Formats: sequence, structure tokens, C-alpha cells
Amino acid sequence: MIPYLARVVVKSVVTLFAIFTVTFIATRLSGNPIDTFLGEGLTTEGREELIRYFQLDASLWQQYLAFLRGAMSGEFGLSFIDRRPVTQVVGDRLWASGQLLLASVGLTVLVAIPLGVLGAIYRKSWVGSAVMMIAFAGYAMPSFILSILMVLTFSYWLNWLPVVGNSTLLHFIMPTIAMSGVLVAALTRFTRNAMLDALGQDFIRTARAKGLRESRVVLRHGLGNAGVTVISVIGLQVAGLAAAGSVVVENIFSWPGIGQLLVNSALERDYPVLQFGVITVAIAVVVINAITDIAYAFADPRIRLAHS
Amino acid sequence: MNLSPLNSPVLSVRDLHVAFGDTEAVHGLSFDIHRGETLALVGESGSGKSATALSILRLIEREGGRIASGEIRINGTQPAEITTLGASQLRALRGDRIAMIFQEPMTSLNPVMTIGAQICETLSLHLGLRGRAAHDAALTALERVKIPDPERRLNQYPHELSGGLRQRVMIAMALTCEPEVLIADEPTTALDVTTQAEILKLIASLQKDMGMAVLFITHDLGVVDEIADRVVVLKDGCKVEEGFTSTLFAAPNAPYTKELMAASPRLGEGAPVPLNVTETVLRVRNLTTAYGGGLFSRQSAVAAVSDVSIELGRGETLGLVGESGCGKSTLARSIMRLVEPSAGEIELRGHRIDGLSRAALKPHRADIQMVFQDPYASLNPRMSIRDVVTEPAFLHGLVDYQGRRDLALDLLSRVGLTSDAVDRFAHQFSGGQRQRICIARALSVKPKIIVADEAVSALDVSNARRITELLADIQQRDGVSMLFISHDIAVVERVSHRIAVMLKGEIVETGPTGQVLNNPQHAYTKRLLSAVPRLDRAQAVSGTSGIRSLAPALSAVIALNGGASYDRTLDEYKFDGY
Repeated sequence: MIPYLARVVVKSVVTLFAIFTVTFIATRLSGNPIDTFLGEGLTTEGREELIRYFQLDASLWQQYLAFLRGAMSGEFGLSFIDRRPVTQVVGDRLWASGQLLLASVGLTVLVAIPLGVLGAIYRKSWVGSAVMMIAFAGYAMPSFILSILMVLTFSYWLNWLPVVGNSTLLHFIMPTIAMSGVLVAALTRFTRNAMLDALGQDFIRTARAKGLRESRVVLRHGLGNAGVTVISVIGLQVAGLAAAGSVVVENIFSWPGIGQLLVNSALERDYPVLQFGVITVAIAVVVINAITDIAYAFADPRIRLAHS
Repeated sequence: MNLSPLNSPVLSVRDLHVAFGDTEAVHGLSFDIHRGETLALVGESGSGKSATALSILRLIEREGGRIASGEIRINGTQPAEITTLGASQLRALRGDRIAMIFQEPMTSLNPVMTIGAQICETLSLHLGLRGRAAHDAALTALERVKIPDPERRLNQYPHELSGGLRQRVMIAMALTCEPEVLIADEPTTALDVTTQAEILKLIASLQKDMGMAVLFITHDLGVVDEIADRVVVLKDGCKVEEGFTSTLFAAPNAPYTKELMAASPRLGEGAPVPLNVTETVLRVRNLTTAYGGGLFSRQSAVAAVSDVSIELGRGETLGLVGESGCGKSTLARSIMRLVEPSAGEIELRGHRIDGLSRAALKPHRADIQMVFQDPYASLNPRMSIRDVVTEPAFLHGLVDYQGRRDLALDLLSRVGLTSDAVDRFAHQFSGGQRQRICIARALSVKPKIIVADEAVSALDVSNARRITELLADIQQRDGVSMLFISHDIAVVERVSHRIAVMLKGEIVETGPTGQVLNNPQHAYTKRLLSAVPRLDRAQAVSGTSGIRSLAPALSAVIALNGGASYDRTLDEYKFDGY
């Protein structure tokens, strides 16, 4: 188990380092920041002074080392707009996004896994067909359409739910559903297929021959094995959601999260914020992947023990 | 007289009909099992023996079948009619009074639960044991099946155990509640002979200790002879014959039983006469194939095949025997360069093929073709049989697109399949027919050598016999050489001119078949030979071993009862037109 964990950690660190480097290079490719941000009305002396101040006259290699040093000590620069450290600007938004992500993942798991299990058990009856219909409908519906339909129904016509912000629990309902929609659909289908696969295995027959209750056969033996597949799917989907999924939904509901911040900073050309926002999201994805790998090993002894 | 407890059977099945959808698989089967007795249910695949076994615990309902009519009665302390039991009573019976072990030890245990957890599950369910008590009982269960180091096994997962150990775990699990009836559905079919012999011995001795009744399902008459007191022979869902093992084997009545016995490979039946080899088609020198040990691997390389030298003459069959894991398949794959050997020379018809690039190797590939073990998995289900059997020839440019159909028809006729097979798909054929298709595919490029890697191991005796006969015919007609790999020595004997015995990657003994089998030199060869279940044992030692000592007593009881079941057998048998 320890070598496996070490491997996961090393893999994550290498990935992060690669992401830092790519982010650095990508931002340097976009030209001289002074020209873009400060634009006209700058004297030549003032321009040069700024270039010196920001150490943009140093070689790319030195800049890179400086960037890495800053990254190590947690300094990623100041926001052009707010004049505050970007770590603070992004940090303020982190928890709001995290809350929404956790709520969505929670809802997804609570809905999709039971649905998938039901879909597998009753695959030949109307229950199974209904589950698959829900799953297909969810898959076909983009989150922004779902959001707009919900806003129209529950806020505009019925006036039940608030649309903007994240101050109360009621605010969570629509964004959470909008974020989970596609995820529920995908996970239901994966769970169903993994369950069908697991329930067709020989050890399920062994479990029944022992005289176990059907519920235990399905949940302990069936889901216990299907869980290995399901965990990897959850991990992939959540990472995807953390990376890009929240941008659309956070903007529709004016959710004060990282997704909204990223869009705004891109529009306002607040590159330090954008750069650190991207790094934050990348860290989140790497962390989620690492957690998935570890959970995967816990679910499947063949993986856990193979490396030790 | 102490015959009285034998009077009523522990389990009696009466007029059982099992159906899958509209098709009936078992037609009115009846049999009894008594305490301490082993009844073997014998038949080819598709004869309904597994359907019968699964019906007794009503697991058949989960496999897409149903009990159409009939009675299954368990007697003993609490008699019950199984076919009408409610779900919870049925569960209480399963694993407690009637337990079952299955064919595939590799897949019949839950891979994500420890051995201990899986045994404790049964213990807590039926005996209410938890915690320390359950742990101790599980330990006892493992000790009972003589698993080495049982304490450690409790915390291990199935993938850490070998096939033989897993089957022991399955048996331990089935016996935790000391069931009255144990149903063993082909429990040794997936194991090699030495392991099979150990498992059979274990089941027999446990049965003696615990006095349970065993319903043993198998297609292997050698195994039946080894373990069973009585035999029920099934064909197409009907009982064709029933009797005591010794009497039945000594004088089988039904033509089908005779057929089955004739088809069973028997050691000592005689091997093909060694050939005067004029031309060597394959010469392997000092071949070594190692796995692992890569640049980043901490473990050093493990040699699956080490320093093996063999030769194969034109028209000759070399039989390669050994336990699973001894490196037989790796050797075959290395010769075909499907895995890369790490050292040694392979000379195919005078050309060195080790070290050749893929492109340079391609023309030689047509000379050596392979038939694999699992006919179900080695045919692409989405390709028509025409495409399947002619694909190698097409890839080697031996046939153009228009010619494929004619070639396919020719190949199919050579392996004894009808011409309408050409447009069908693999799933429409039985196991034996599929293996014929695999052979036709191998023949399509007119190979000089066919490597048959456990080619008949997945087939029942009659089909296996037909396939080996087909291979022998092809060899006589076309002069093909064969490398015949099997763990079943009796089959190897029937087809091989020479035999090579493999142990842990090395060939320990080689020579003409008759010589190796009649006068084995190496200790391992002797052990392998003694482990083979023999069909001819019954005539010699009937009634003498401790396990089968019940048989004469039982025979007396049944005679007293008027032998009703035997009469019915004969009637059915006439009715079915044999």
C-alpha cells in the first residue's frame, strides 16, 4: 500500500510541476503585459520603469525561476484590478465553488448509484427502462438549458427559488441540480452497466448459494465489485466538473465562485488572477485524481496489493 | 442391522422438469441420494446436469431457467419440499443444509472480500457467529480442508491464492455449516490432474468424516470412478442409465454409456507408434523466456521457460504435459514468437526465426498455426464463419476476396462441418463445432505445424475424442506436425508419438510416448501419472476402499426396496428409443 501511495504522490507532484510550467509559458506567449494592460498614455521612461519593476527585463529563464520561487512561497502576484494578492482573490472564491461542487457530487452519488442499481436489477421491467430514459434525457440536456428552464419555472413563474448568489440553502437548489444533471445521467449509466457486469459473475451465484438475502447479494457482493468502476467514473467526472463544468453554472446563477472569477478576469484581462485561477483549478483536479486513485486502491485489493 | 438409517434418502428428486424459456432442458429426472453416499451425475455439456444441480437450490431461477414440474425433497431432521418453499425458508436451507461448490474456483469467490470475510458471512448468517467466535470457526473451516497457513489465508484475497487453494476455500465455505447435502458442480474440471487428485481425496475424506451426501456433477468418467458410489448417466436431459459405479462401468447397458466410456481417454490405451523421422520441421535449442525484470522493476526476471530444447519431425506429434503454470503455453507462444524469447534458437524448416523482425517473420507465420484452449473466446463474434476461417489465408495473400467463400467451404468440409455453416456466426455453434472452426482457420494457410494449446480441455469427452480424431486424420492426410499441449495425460497419450514432460519451465523427461508412460524415469512424471483418475480402477478394487464401503450395504437396501428407480430408468430408456 505504501509504495502505491508514494507512486500516487510522485505522479501528482510531477503533474503539478508540468502544469505550473505550461501556465507560465502560456502567459508569456501572450506578449508584453505592460502594452496590453496599461496601454496608451504611458511615457517611455514610465514604461521602462515598470518593466524594471516587474523584472520583465530579465531573461525568460530567470523569470521562470522567480515564478517558481514565488509559487513555492505562495506568492503569485497582485491582481491588476483589485490590487490584492491573487491568492486572496481566488481564496475568497474557493469555498463557494467547493461548496457547490460538494453539493453536486453528493446529490449525484445519492441519486445516480441507487438509480443505476435499480436499473440493473430491473433491467427487463419498466423500472429499468424508466431509469435509462431519465439517464438519456439527462445526458442530452446541457446544463445551461436545464438552468434556464429551472430559472424560468421556479423563479420567474412560480417565484419559489432565488436566482442570484449563495446566501441561503435555497440558493443551492437550482445550481446544484444544474451541475449534477449530466453527472447523474453519466453515473447512472455507468453504475447500471458495472452492476450488470458484476451481477453476472460466478461469485454472485456463490453468494446466493450461501443463502444470503438478495439485498446483501446485490449491495455487498454486486456493488462492492461494481464500486471499483463507479469510483473511477466519479473521479473523472468530478475532476471534469471542477475544471470546466462550474464556469457556465456559476455565471448563470452569479455564484461567487472560481468559475465566475475566471470568466470575469479573462474579460477584464486580469492575467495574474486568471493564471492563478487556472493553477488552482489544476491543483484541484490533480488532488481529486489522487484521491480517486487512493479510493480505487481501497475498493480493489488487486490494485492495492499488486504494487506492494 | 445398521441399514435402517439408509432407508430414506436425504435428498430425493422426482420427475424433475427444468425449462429455459419454452425449451425444456431436463425431462422428468428422478434420483435419490442417501446419507454418506456420493452420487455422480454424468453427461456431456448440454445434458442438463448443471441445470439439475442448480435446480436443487433453486438457483436456476436466477440463471434464466425455471422448474417446470417435479419434486425435490430434502428429508432428515426437518423434511421440506424445495420446489414450493418460500424465499426466506429457501435461504435458510441454502448454505446450511444444502451447500454447493462450483466449477470455476478462479471466479467463484468475491475478489474484493477477504477469504475470512467470505467464510464469516456464512457463519453469521446460519449460525449467528460474530467477531472472535466467527474468526475461530472460519479458522477451523480452513483447517478442515487442510489449507497450509490458515491464519494468514483469512486475511488474504482470492487473487493471492492458486486455483487449487481457492477450490479448497470454496469447499471450506460450503462445509462451514456441516450440510446434509453437498452439490459439487464440476469442482475439479478447471484444475490440473495433481490438484484434482488432491481435491477429490479431500472431498472423499470430508464426506467420510461428516457423513454428508454428495451430488457430484462431472463429465469425466475417470473422476466418477474415483469418487462415486452410484452413477446417473444423463443425455439430453433424460436419464439413460443408473447403477453402482463398479457394476455400471463393468457392464454398461445403455449404448450411450458405452459410447461415453469409449470416448473417455484412458491411460494405457496405447499411443501412436513412434515415427521414423526423416525431416525435422522444428528445432528449438536452449530456449529461455523470462517475464518481468524490466528497467524499473525491482523484481528480477522470472524465467517461465528455461533452457528448453525440442525437436519436431514431419508428420509427428509431440505431446507436452505438465501442470498449469509450468510454462507449457509460454513455450508454445515463444515458439510462435507471440511472446519474445529472451535466449535460444528457433529453427523452422531450416530457417532461424528467432530475432527476425515482424515483417521478415510474416511469411514464416503461415507455416505454424495455433489452436487455442477456449473455443468460445477465440472466435470473433462479429465475423461470419467464412471470414473467420479464411482470414489468415487472406492476410497472407493466398486467396483473393472472391475465392474466400470457396476456400471456406473446402476448409469446413475438411473439419466435418456442413456448408451452411459458412454464413453463420460463432455464437450459433457448440463448443466442439467452434473448435472445428478454429482448426479450419489454422488449416487455411496450409501450415506445416499446428500448435494445439489445451485444444480439447474445454470440451467434454465425446467432443474431445472427435476433435483429437480429426487432428489425427488431418495429420495423416496432410503430413502436418503437431505440438499438442495438455494437462490431460490420457489425451496426450492417444495422439502423441513422443512426449515431453514439463516442470517449472524445464523439460524433465522426454521420449517415445509408450516408453515415458510405461517406464517413467523422473519422479515428477511418476507423480503426474499416479494422479490421473483411472476408469479401469472399479473392476479391480470395487468395494475395497473405505470411501466406497457403503456401496454394498446400499445395494442391499435398494434391493429390499424393490429397486423401483431402476425399473423406471429402463422404461424411460426404451421410451426415448435407445
